[in-house]
Amino acid sequence: MSIERLYSRDEPPAELLIRDAHVVDPRAGLDDRRDILIAGGRIAELGAPGTLSPPAGGDVLDAGGRHAFPAFVDPHVHLRTPGQEYKEDIASGTAAAAAGGFGAVIAMPNTAPTVDDAPVLRSLTDAARRDARVPVGFLASITRGLKGEELTEMAELRDAGALGFTDDGKPVTSAGILRKALQYQRLAGGVIALHEEDPELSGDGVMHEGAVSARLGMTGIPSISESTMIARDAAIAGYEQARMHFQHLSCVESVKALAAAKEAGIQVTAEATPHHLTLTADVVRTLDSRFKMNPPLRTEDDRRALVDALASGLIDCVATDHAPHAHHEKEVPFEQAPMGTTGLETAFAALYTELVLGHELELAILVERMTAGGALYDLPVPVIGPGEPANLTLVDLEAAWDVGEHGYASRSQNCCFHGRRLHGRILLTVAAGAVAFRAPMLAEAKLPA
Amino acid sequence: MGSGNRPLGKHLISIEDLDRGSIERILDRAESFAEVSGREIKKVPALRGRTIVNLFYEASTRTSSSFELAAKRLSADVVSVRSAGSSVDKGESLKDTVQTLSAYDPAAIVIRTPYAGSAQLVAGWTPASVINAGDGKHEHPTQALLDVFTLRRRFGSLDGKRIWIIGDVLHSRVARSNVLAFTRMGAEVTVCGPPTLIPRQIEALGCEARTTLDDLHEADVVYVLRMQLERMREAFVPSLREYAARYQVSAARLEPGQLLMHPGPVNRGVELSANAIDSPQALIGEQVKAGVSVRMAVLYELLVGAPLLQAVAS
Repeated sequence: MSIERLYSRDEPPAELLIRDAHVVDPRAGLDDRRDILIAGGRIAELGAPGTLSPPAGGDVLDAGGRHAFPAFVDPHVHLRTPGQEYKEDIASGTAAAAAGGFGAVIAMPNTAPTVDDAPVLRSLTDAARRDARVPVGFLASITRGLKGEELTEMAELRDAGALGFTDDGKPVTSAGILRKALQYQRLAGGVIALHEEDPELSGDGVMHEGAVSARLGMTGIPSISESTMIARDAAIAGYEQARMHFQHLSCVESVKALAAAKEAGIQVTAEATPHHLTLTADVVRTLDSRFKMNPPLRTEDDRRALVDALASGLIDCVATDHAPHAHHEKEVPFEQAPMGTTGLETAFAALYTELVLGHELELAILVERMTAGGALYDLPVPVIGPGEPANLTLVDLEAAWDVGEHGYASRSQNCCFHGRRLHGRILLTVAAGAVAFRAPMLAEAKLPA
Repeated sequence: MGSGNRPLGKHLISIEDLDRGSIERILDRAESFAEVSGREIKKVPALRGRTIVNLFYEASTRTSSSFELAAKRLSADVVSVRSAGSSVDKGESLKDTVQTLSAYDPAAIVIRTPYAGSAQLVAGWTPASVINAGDGKHEHPTQALLDVFTLRRRFGSLDGKRIWIIGDVLHSRVARSNVLAFTRMGAEVTVCGPPTLIPRQIEALGCEARTTLDDLHEADVVYVLRMQLERMREAFVPSLREYAARYQVSAARLEPGQLLMHPGPVNRGVELSANAIDSPQALIGEQVKAGVSVRMAVLYELLVGAPLLQAVAS
């Protein structure tokens, strides 16, 4: 794969006619039915339904008015490789991405060992060239071993292919270290992404601090644990004129801190997850460890603030924070369970069901925000337009399905949407010009060329 | 009996499992067992041939001994497993331990752990009835039942009674179960303690929150919590000296007629003064005694249940 700083295995380029798809691509200003002709892995032509002929020897898919979107881009996934392949690996994680309509993902470096030097990073880019179904970008850590003490060799890591840097899973607690990283970023390039949390305020917290934690007797993580760090770090970014990305915002206080930073002209961006956009701490009353994640699910006011910020563009993109864990690791009391939920295979359906069908967000805006995550790391934005590399996903918005224990492409099943009925089924994903996922039902619907 | 009277489920995990009617039924049953405890031979054959497992992952004197005694007085076979010296110490998971013990076909598993939600999880892993004997800082429903039992004996009814729960509310499963149980029985509950030990939004449980003892004279019942020093990894109060000065309940702070309770074990000289513990207003000994009868009643109601209840009544 040749896109700079994205790695995947070589696949034959798609030769495919998608007939009569309802294309929604807000950047291309498109919201209409089209035939999409893909030849040599590129979008050769868009035409009125029924007007285009299939490529020689290529497939024809009759979309029948089902929706085609630019392939989603997830700027925040955990592929658990190296070291925790029993939770996920590059093949299973990217298969999950493709099954969720994602055409590219960005993997976090909090693995075992940490992605904190060039040899570890090269082992991953090599593995992705061998195993990745969709292109993967890699972040390296800001500090060695995520310890928050010494900077990694950021310049060499960039040369080895790092898209940017993060200590995700942990905050960079020391303002001094963070400032040095931002200064060094001028040499190394790449975006610094931050998991914002004040460990002193979070303490031993396992869920949002509020009425539900009071009822359950579990230690709470207050919202200010996140928002005070966002305010602090935005100020440092402004002073150093650096670029900074805030990961997985969870609360209204953080939205306000982000708004203040953007208003001040500081180069900050932010993401929010499907679970923070659709669920609240009320679900934790069940004590189901699938609802344990960091940052925690918060209140309805927080959720609404995140949705409003996503709608307005204050929050730039959706990120799943796909965090697979083995069944036995989550099958313990809530306080003992590891943090995190899977998200790649449910992200679109959860957001479409809860926010679009729930009249909180327009479909076109959801599509824009689910495809915007790569651009924050200087990756090209997927567009459905003539001459563009084919990056798209075909979705049946009518199809309802129940999120269950089985049927995931991911190696893990710890999904916080377990047991919910969602609308929106991914039928096909074309990533970087190759077919990365095709739903079994679509294979049957295939027409002879 | 009270309103509702929902049949008891298979498990007792939370006070939320019980409505007022089912609490009354357990307490009525406990009264009949209290009578048994007054006999020379304190045993009834209700659970003969059945097995009760006590699985305790935390230190306990009162709760574990009273559950054991309750089961024995119902003629059950009792197996007590403590984390120290067991396979739990060797890293066995809670699930594997529970499934192993379930192979003995117990009628009930009584479980205490340091983690919220453990009893509920265990209920999903075993065919036995599960009784929560304390899960982290979450709940301790049989303590709440024995406290209601003790107060009902004194007052007849808790309706309109004002109960103050004082001290380390943050770390207390007793506080949470008792707020729920007392309010279900018609009492008005106020929790009081230093602001660092009162959880934010505790009012959501249906109680008031105060930070001084200034209005303590309003209370009919003064329920003092143990300072859970073992659960504190950091300093929640500047010193025990300052805590005692502000929040210790002494004989001088008690109004005549107020009843004093404590779930035990007491930190003498911290949350309670010696003269309060020994005052005639203190019900601490009655609480301990009630523990056996109430736990017999819980075991009986869960394992023998309504049909026999009617048979006995007729």
